[in-house]
Amino acid sequence: MSVLSGRDWKSQPPYIDQGYKSTSLRGPSRSLVKIDPELAEMTGPAFGDEVIGSLDHDLTRNGRVNGEPLGERIVVTGRVLDENGQSLPNTLIEVWQANAAGRYIHKKDQHDAPVDPNFLGAGRCMTDDQGRYRFYTIRPGAYPWGNHPNAWRPNHIHFSLFGPTIATRLITQMYFPGDPLLAFDPIFESVPEAARGRLISEFSLDVTEEGFALGYVFDIVLRGTQATPMEGTE
Amino acid sequence: MSPRQTPSQTIGPFFHYGLNPVEANYPHSQIAGHCLASDQTLGEHIRLTGRVFDGNGAVVEDALLEIWQANAAGRYAHPNDARSNRALDPHFHGFGRCGTGANEQARFTFCTIKPGPAQPGHAPFISVTVFMRGLLNHVYTRIYFDDEAAANAADPVFSSVAPERQVTLLAKRYHTPSGIEYRFDIHMQGDQETVFFDL
Ligand SMILES: [Fe+2]
Repeated sequence: MSVLSGRDWKSQPPYIDQGYKSTSLRGPSRSLVKIDPELAEMTGPAFGDEVIGSLDHDLTRNGRVNGEPLGERIVVTGRVLDENGQSLPNTLIEVWQANAAGRYIHKKDQHDAPVDPNFLGAGRCMTDDQGRYRFYTIRPGAYPWGNHPNAWRPNHIHFSLFGPTIATRLITQMYFPGDPLLAFDPIFESVPEAARGRLISEFSLDVTEEGFALGYVFDIVLRGTQATPMEGTE
Repeated sequence: MSPRQTPSQTIGPFFHYGLNPVEANYPHSQIAGHCLASDQTLGEHIRLTGRVFDGNGAVVEDALLEIWQANAAGRYAHPNDARSNRALDPHFHGFGRCGTGANEQARFTFCTIKPGPAQPGHAPFISVTVFMRGLLNHVYTRIYFDDEAAANAADPVFSSVAPERQVTLLAKRYHTPSGIEYRFDIHMQGDQETVFFDL
């Protein structure tokens, strides 16, 4: 009925990671239980344009109260595709991030850096019929965390994607080229070395909008699915 | 060379204002909430509630759960399910999202309906995806119903799980003054570690 490629463990981080301390009590310790691919989920939630508000793709505008958010404006764009190289149109992307000072608007963020009254740091967009997406934001700052002494997260944007079925679901983080903190970040380093580069966006002068925003390209590859629909009357 | 999978990363501790902001009182809309069913939705209306525990048995207060399920007729609201002898329910989409930090006991609660079996000979179930800080890849599990013993025993996925671990997939049914409630806890580790599927 369907062909679904599994999670590629040469590309994915482990559940328990020595460097990232919270994994030791939160990652499952037993092996995952195999599910017959014939019985795996070939469905999942589909979302339409109704979940995208007019400013959702522009984080430089969707949180404004009395002015513009501070920081360096950027535009992030890319293609969402599957492992077969097929573009994934109409796929919902949700993003969230810290502000330029490295502070989340989240109530539980205790970092002593200023909140920006004009920046929410959350948005959404949908891939077009070519699988392309684009959103505007402010380049996020680095922030400290409690994993180990003097621990800092590299600049990153959190991404959430659905893809065609619940098996293609992905939550990840996009990083920036040349960030010196990457080499010291256990979350980034948890990924097998050969796959880490896929989490780093690429600066692009072509995408950069003259006089307005620096451009970064970040392509996202979801698990491959080829579904044969359940049809007829069984 | 064909493209390779983008690696997963943790959802982190600060996702609420992006993914479930309405529930957490942030000024942003969310794509889906904890209530999947309206008064007009067909089927047995249920409340699905529980908690998530870490390897020390401590309650996890910053998890995000997503559920996905068939409607009362066993049909999924998805183009891959085009079976015309099972009716779509215009009042049921089948997707819900709930964090565990919104109340003092760190419970998640969904209001939904009990799904119908999606295939002849299969038991009804609800798919669950769990995200949290400290989890580098999300986990998948399934909720089966403890009042469906015969159907569960015949179900090809449920019955493929080692018998002593099947109990971790069962939601317990209770009759409460406010309706039918199913309780389902998730244990990330330990003797009661929930079965997570390699989906
Ligand atoms: Fe973050």
